[in-house]
Order: sequence, then C-alpha cells, then structure tokens
Amino acid sequence: MTKKWDATSEHLLRELAPQVLGAVARRFRDFSSAEDAVQEAMIAAFTQWPQEGIPENPRGWLIQVACRRMTDRMRSEIARRERETAVSAETENFVPLPEIEADMDPDDTLILLFMCCHPALTPSSAIALTLRAVGGLTTAEIAHAFLVPEPTMAQRISRAKQSIKDSGVPFQLPGGQDRTQRLRAVLHVLYLIFNEGYTSSAGPELRRSDLSHEAMRLTRIVHHLQPDDTEAAGLLALMLLTDARRLARTSETGELIPLAQQDRALWDRQQIAEGVALLSATLPKRSVGPYQLQAAIAAVHDEAARSEDTDWPQILALYDLLGRMSENPMVALNRAIAAALVHGAAKGLELLDALETDGRLANHHRLDAVRAHLLELAGDRTGAIGYYRRAAGKTGSLPERNYLLTQAARLSDELCD
Amino acid sequence: MKYILMMNTMKAGHGVPSWPKKDLQAHIAFMIGLNKELHERGELVSAEGLSFPDQAKLVHAGKDGRPVTDGVFPESKEFLAGFWIIDVDNPQRAYEIAAKASAAPGPGGVPLNMPIEVRQVMSGPPPDML
Repeated sequence: MTKKWDATSEHLLRELAPQVLGAVARRFRDFSSAEDAVQEAMIAAFTQWPQEGIPENPRGWLIQVACRRMTDRMRSEIARRERETAVSAETENFVPLPEIEADMDPDDTLILLFMCCHPALTPSSAIALTLRAVGGLTTAEIAHAFLVPEPTMAQRISRAKQSIKDSGVPFQLPGGQDRTQRLRAVLHVLYLIFNEGYTSSAGPELRRSDLSHEAMRLTRIVHHLQPDDTEAAGLLALMLLTDARRLARTSETGELIPLAQQDRALWDRQQIAEGVALLSATLPKRSVGPYQLQAAIAAVHDEAARSEDTDWPQILALYDLLGRMSENPMVALNRAIAAALVHGAAKGLELLDALETDGRLANHHRLDAVRAHLLELAGDRTGAIGYYRRAAGKTGSLPERNYLLTQAARLSDELCD
Repeated sequence: MKYILMMNTMKAGHGVPSWPKKDLQAHIAFMIGLNKELHERGELVSAEGLSFPDQAKLVHAGKDGRPVTDGVFPESKEFLAGFWIIDVDNPQRAYEIAAKASAAPGPGGVPLNMPIEVRQVMSGPPPDML
C-alpha cells in the first residue's frame, strides 16, 4: 500500500535523509560513499514518489536503495581489483533491512551534524555538506541557493568529504568537553546558514529565504536532541524572533527597510510568541550564552508596539552582558547605538571614537554608517550625509548601498528645502 | 546565445553619486524591476553591481610573485559599474535589453541613455565539429 504524495511529503523525505545516512554509514563504515549513495536514493525518491506514491516504509525504501547503490559500487570496485590481482573475493554483502533498522540510533542526526560541522572544514564547505547530508537537499538545490554553478558546489562538497576522511574523525558522538566545543561549531554553522538566507535581498529571493527556513528546521532538530543545551534553544529563539520580521524588511520595490521604520503589523506574531516562550523557558536555567542574549535583544525589539516604545535601557543592559562575553567589535558597535538611544547621541559618538582606534573595525563601513545615524540624531545633517556616503562607498552589499545612498539623499533634500 | 551587457558609466576617482532622493529611488526601483523582468522571462543568467571606482585596485604580480596593488587611475579611465549576463534567442533581443537598461532614469527622471557595451559570451564547440 502506498500513500499519496502531498505538500508535506517533501518535508517527511528530508527528515528521513540523516536517519538513512546514519544507518548506511554505520553499516558500511564509509561516510563519504554512503553520503553519495543516500543522495542518489533521495533523488530517486524525489523522482518516483510524486508519481508512484510514498512506499509503506519510506525509510526502509531509502535504506534499501542506498544500500543497493553501495553494494553495486563495492562490486564494481572488487571486480576492478580482481582484474588487476586475479584474487577472488566474496562479493555478497547483502544485509537484511530489519537488521539495519534495528541498528539505528536516534543520535545519528546529531553525529552527522558533528561530522559536517567539523572544525577541519572551512565554513563554506561545512555549510554545503550540512545542507546535503543532514538537510537532504540536492547539490543542485544548494548550488541554486548560493548562486553558484552546480559543478562548483559538487566540488566543494566532495572536497569537504575528503577533509573529513583525512581528519580520521570516527562516526560517533564526541565526548565530554570536546562535545560542548563541537556543538558550538554546529550551532555556528546553522547560524551562518540562517544569515545567508536572511541577509540576502537580491537574487531569487524565495530560494534564499528557504535557507533560513532550512537553518531553523535543523536548529529545531538540534534543540529537540539536546533539550538541555541552552544555547541551542537560544539560537532557535534568535532565528524565530529575527525571521518573524521578514515580510516587513523589504518594500514592494525591493528596498531595504530598517527596523525602526518597519510596518510592525507585518511581523509574524505567532513566531514571536514561540521565540519568546522558548527564551522564557531557557533564560532561568544556569548558563546564559551569546545566542540567548541576542535572542533576548531581538525579543525586546519584537515586543515594542511602536519603534518609540522600544525598551532601550533593557537592550543596553543586554549588550553590556553580551559585550563581556564576546570580543566581537560588532557587539560594541551595536552597544554604542543602544547607549545613544538611552543617554543621548553624544554618548554614542564618544563610544564610536573609542572603537575608531580599535584596529579590527578600522575602515569598516558599519562604523561610518552608525556614525552617520548618530550624527543625524545629534542634528548634524551635513556630517551625517558625509558619513552615509562614505559608508555607501565601502559596503559590499548592493541593497545596503542603496539604503545608505537614499539616507544621504533624504538629508540632502532636507538641507536644500 | 549568451551576451554580457556592460555598463561603463563610472569615471576614475569618482565615488558615490549625489542625486535627489526620489530620483535615486526611481533609479534603484528601475534596476530591480529590470532584473525581475529578465528573471521572469527566463533570460537572466546573472546581474551584478560593482563597488565604486574609488575602491578599485589594479593588481599585478611583483618580481617575487607577490601582489602589487595600485589604486590611482587617470581621470579619463572609465569603469564598469555593473553587468548583466543574459541568455537570449538572438542578438536583437540582447540589443533591446541593452537599450532598456541604457534608458534607466537619472536626475529629474530623465533617461540616462548611457552606453552599454554588448559582447557575445563565447559558447562551447559546435556539435558537428565533434
């Protein structure tokens, strides 16, 4: 008996991907080939299931197809060696499905995430491999999302797998302190995937926002598997609270709309409620980390009915905490904005001067953009125009450049009137 | 057939333009709209805007193979502001798109009629050659 393919089926199929990969990789002790085989099984399912219906045991179907690919591959490998060495070998490697399924481990998805986000990989490779091996996306879909040709993405993934092979990391959960460190790396990769989708406002937008949703889906899985990790919960809350503002972020013509000017009626209240609830359940637990604090800041913004109702003293206090935890100069920059809105523009500008001497932010366009904003707050329109333009000249983002140029033009129009 | 449309409108040494807000917004909306239209018609391969020329560097290898950068350009030099790569059925369509891009609104909403360089992107070998 089969079930009809519907809108939720793709979701189901993608949920199964890491489980199937875990089972096949464990059975054959070869992550790299297992990953290729599961990708082939996924593509076969995506082609066949919408027409023929979903098999009764979809996971078993995928495992069998992937195992068949693995044995085919091994057979041809052995045949090749036999031709070379004339040694005969037992090629039958058939393992009954129930045995494989009995061997499955609920932590497989987590083990795979730890592998794909291994510190030996560059962020771009870890992102690509995570989306394919754990997210169940095809190489073509990932390439499309990152606006690169498919062979480029395929190459990136195969190099990533080679690095994992070379690193000799075993297919098992890391233990103790290492595990905590490695979980941080996983969360960081998920955070990068989310941002990749969230910060793009050009190109085929829909596909890009899928990246944010995929990051949220995977973070939800991590949170589910590690419910006691407060930072996994914090990251999920941060994503929910940030993504809730998606619709309000761009105008109909594609222009970027900053937080203060967004139409708050467009914010996703349900998502905000979920993020806040998650955060409220997490914050009282012992350890407060950077993702929870960033989520808390996003929550304060999301809970203000109007921009002018924003509880800036609370945001400033949260940035103070975050600043003590993180060396990131961007945190200090955002703290300067909060300080300006609590204590006045002069205070914010004073903090910026201190940051100016910090080598890490030197010549960064964000420093100029914030200065422009604070100068405008202080009533110095000419100064603000200069810094908006300076920032526009330096940013690498076209929507941001358009936004900064429009700010400069707005002030310059005001001066002319 | 693939074509690259190059918008060479920037002059060396020049940075951010200063147009009135509504003209700037009209220009941005036009460019976003054009890309959307090309995308919807299935003709867009890619469209990229580039940073301003005052950020540009000329790089060549020094004697030891290390990069030597140079950022000072003669005033007359024109710079690429951005480009489109399109996939269209014939050169006429490429010229049509180029003309449309050329007429993007400038200050006062007046069409800029900027020159757009159209060059065919070379393809693989013809099948009958293989």
